Amino acid sequence: MNDNLVISSSPHIRTFQTVRGVMVDVLIALGPVVAVSILLFGYRALLTMTVAMLAAMLAEALWLHQWNIFGDGSAAVTGLLLAMTLPPDVAWWIPAIGSVTAIIIGKQVYGGIGNNIFNPALVGRAVLVVSWGTHLVGPIWPVPKPFHFFADISAVTTATPLAGEAEALGTTLSQLFIGNTGGCLGETSAMALLLGGLWLLYKGHIDWRIPGAFIGTVWLMGTLFGGAFYNNSVTTGLFHLLAGGVLLGAIFMATDMVTSPVTPWGKLIFGVGCGLITMLIRLFGSYPEGVTFAILTMNALTPLLDKFTIPRKFGEVKQVA
Amino acid sequence: MAMAIFKGGVHPEYRKELTASLAISVAPLPEKVVIPLQQHIGAPCEPLVEVGDAVKTGQKIGESEGFVSAPVHASISGRVTAIGPYNHPLGRKVAAVTIESDGQDEWDGQIGPLENYVECSPEELRDAIREAGIVGMGGATFPAHVKMSPPEGKAIDTVIINGAECEPYLTADHRLMLEEPEKVVIGLEVMMRVLGAGKGIIGIEDNKPDAIRVIGQLIEDKPALSVVPLKTKYPQGAEKMLIQVITKRQVPSGGLPLDVGVVNHNTGTAAAVADAVLTGRPLIERVVTVTGEGIRRPANLKVRLGTLVSELTELCGGLSDDTRKLIVGGPMMGLAQPTTDLPVIKGTSGILALTGEEVELIESDTCIRCARCVAACPINLVPTFIAQAAEHGRFARAEKLHAADCIECGCCAYVCPARIPLTQWMRVAKAEVLARRKG
Repeated sequence: MNDNLVISSSPHIRTFQTVRGVMVDVLIALGPVVAVSILLFGYRALLTMTVAMLAAMLAEALWLHQWNIFGDGSAAVTGLLLAMTLPPDVAWWIPAIGSVTAIIIGKQVYGGIGNNIFNPALVGRAVLVVSWGTHLVGPIWPVPKPFHFFADISAVTTATPLAGEAEALGTTLSQLFIGNTGGCLGETSAMALLLGGLWLLYKGHIDWRIPGAFIGTVWLMGTLFGGAFYNNSVTTGLFHLLAGGVLLGAIFMATDMVTSPVTPWGKLIFGVGCGLITMLIRLFGSYPEGVTFAILTMNALTPLLDKFTIPRKFGEVKQVA
Repeated sequence: MAMAIFKGGVHPEYRKELTASLAISVAPLPEKVVIPLQQHIGAPCEPLVEVGDAVKTGQKIGESEGFVSAPVHASISGRVTAIGPYNHPLGRKVAAVTIESDGQDEWDGQIGPLENYVECSPEELRDAIREAGIVGMGGATFPAHVKMSPPEGKAIDTVIINGAECEPYLTADHRLMLEEPEKVVIGLEVMMRVLGAGKGIIGIEDNKPDAIRVIGQLIEDKPALSVVPLKTKYPQGAEKMLIQVITKRQVPSGGLPLDVGVVNHNTGTAAAVADAVLTGRPLIERVVTVTGEGIRRPANLKVRLGTLVSELTELCGGLSDDTRKLIVGGPMMGLAQPTTDLPVIKGTSGILALTGEEVELIESDTCIRCARCVAACPINLVPTFIAQAAEHGRFARAEKLHAADCIECGCCAYVCPARIPLTQWMRVAKAEVLARRKG
């Protein structure tokens, strides 16, 4: 009678959530960070972000032979996240190369979205750091020029707060919180990052465990082993948390769904591992910052973490004798 | 008092407003009924009648020797016109007895109430329940008397009536609790008596405050009984979730509620038990919610078992042209049907017609490991891993990931942003794992 009836397995209703929707929400979450970075660093910030996003989207569209360059939105997210890890006055071709590397080497060679092992944006950044390090991690950084869109930010430079004790002491915690300090596009303003994080938590796209454990571990390590150079040990812990890429990494990078564990305990251990390695690099390594390599290392351990943290099923403990 | 909750679950759109305020109306006597000889889990019945026989309402027409089984009865009086395979909501054809009505609805004269049921022994009551052909009416259709025959040494202290009705759209149990609360309570008391249980609890989701109030008033002076309001969250009515929330006991993996001293029955089942002891009438009718955007005039109908679904949809104004899915049961666990030419059976709680908008046929994307399915699974499984294992035929791995524990509630597929049919894969994995354990 009714030939239109569709037969499929239950459930017959679904959430309206889609992969594209998740990606769009991540872009929205990055909104405050984008806004602050443009406020602080002007058109150079906008240029870097635009180039990074466009390069990522184009690379993905070409690889997948699709006309719609936005696609599922994941390439735009990757590009923007990569831009967030770059200095504001970086040469324009750096984000372009980084984005293409991120999409092709970081993601598509594994089979595309869902199959990559490492966070694509961080793969892009890692390749840039190793290949053109002087453009990225030099001792000299532009000083922010709030509200001057066309400012030549390279004119006056400073060192990032993480460069050394003297530089750190030259920066107040509230400066770090607002973001009015030298650093990469996306890492200067803790406030904007936290805002984005709250949005992602509210939408249920991230779980508190990874950022919570990551941030908690960094603070604890900073407090215990940071040497209390920043007034006292607790504020030293806070300094480590607010300076550099910890918040960006904890909220936006480590929480990348594809490359982090799916189990609750896996997420917790993953977060602790990220914090631990970040601080080991910062305190004892040769780089001032360790977030990138910390997350990439934990990415590699993700399958293992999942394997050993399969949750205890309902009714497993209370066996009736 | 803060309500206890279970881990996981989802909050779908409930859409109960379509029928929640509509009183149960009695559907007109059907001209024809088709009574499948298997409407329960367990051994199918053998027909007790032949083509051409005259039958009366309530007459037993199918019976099985098996313990895990339940007899079936004529739901109208008339003549048997066919015995043979007929469409069944489970998706295959099942032997069924077709009866054409004589329009009299003449009841079998031997049917009468249990004399003074309060004095009856548990065995007598249990036999009456079996004879009445009562099965789990929430949809699982497990024979009721089997649940009321706990093995030696398993003491049952609590009987729970499941009035959660957590499936979206459905309001049959809700209306039953409002309109015939005495039956639900009497059914509960009978079950407690059969099982020797000291406590009877009716669990109702807090989106049905009127039902909580009505039942609450009715049991005010019965200290052994209580109503527990439940947080509205799907699958609150799943046996294991319900028992955990109400009694704080976890049914062990692979075990049964009776392992934790609990027996759990659906609201409709309790009302059927009350009917069986008060009037002696077997289970020949039930409340069905006919609803969904594809139904012109949604309704809660009391219908004779064996009434064809096509007749009910006609009664409710017909299916709209844009109906794309016809479901027996609720949208989360119900079964999609290719036709309306199939009978209402004991477990049919709803007939749901969904239109094009709701029934998206979207190709699934790759898993992005967002772990929403992990968070939603009330049994604490990792659905995406089990689905992957099933897809690759790695059933040993699926078993290690506890695929056999899946309750098929549908939460994982419901939340998946990549639209992967996770629940379907879970079923594949579960069926294969269970088959391998047996073989």
